[in-house]
Amino acid sequence: MVVAGCVAAVVLTGAVWVVTLRNLFRAALSLGLVLLGVAGLFILLEAEFLAFVQVLVYVGAILTLVVFAIMVTAKLEPPEAVAASRQSLPAAAASLGLFVVLVTATRPLLQARVASAEPVSLAAVGQQLVTTLVLPFEVISLVFVSVVVGAIVIATPRGPRSPE
Amino acid sequence: MSSALFVPLAHALFCLGVYGILTRRHAIGILLSIELILNAAVLNFALFSRLFSHVAAQIFALFIIALAACEAVVGLAIVLSLARTAKTVFADGATLLKG
Repeated sequence: MVVAGCVAAVVLTGAVWVVTLRNLFRAALSLGLVLLGVAGLFILLEAEFLAFVQVLVYVGAILTLVVFAIMVTAKLEPPEAVAASRQSLPAAAASLGLFVVLVTATRPLLQARVASAEPVSLAAVGQQLVTTLVLPFEVISLVFVSVVVGAIVIATPRGPRSPE
Repeated sequence: MSSALFVPLAHALFCLGVYGILTRRHAIGILLSIELILNAAVLNFALFSRLFSHVAAQIFALFIIALAACEAVVGLAIVLSLARTAKTVFADGATLLKG
């Protein structure tokens, strides 16, 4: 319980750093801290496969890609210090209102929980993936292919057209 | 059970991501906040899957992680294309269509 509280505090601090830090590289590293903390929470929830997928995909692939993009576009930031954020007070009021709405909406769900719930087993996850949920499992491969092709088409610089 | 106490944490991560989208000027900063929002949704699904022993919720969390990867790839490709065209990386600097 104490461990869970410490991990939750780390996640919350990292999340505050992600949205407020002026240096974007440090914000990306704080996002890495948040993602690792959430993976720790998944291990505490006895969903180990989800924790491994989170570390591999989120920290290993997405965060690396974000850091590469930050380095590539680093020379486009003006050398003088510019404001990192605008309109912080109305945005803070809006997100605080959203937080209140979300917590009051899920409060009855949490009070009516099952008395003794076992953790979800990996065998059950694998079984559902190839029997009940096989259609999304296959469709996501199509999504991956289209994302890779689309990203290459978007990011490729348009060279001068050669006369055919 | 302590997992019911982490649902407000997932809501707090979501609202911090919304705050980041509304205030950040850098395009990649906005993308970082979007990733924070998606991760908050993954945490929410994992928490409710643990609370109600629901298998499909955990599988949905896996699919959200996969789709977050796809969205990060396409978003960063758009940011790179924007940086090449408009010569700026701030979201309020792309004024090519402004009247």
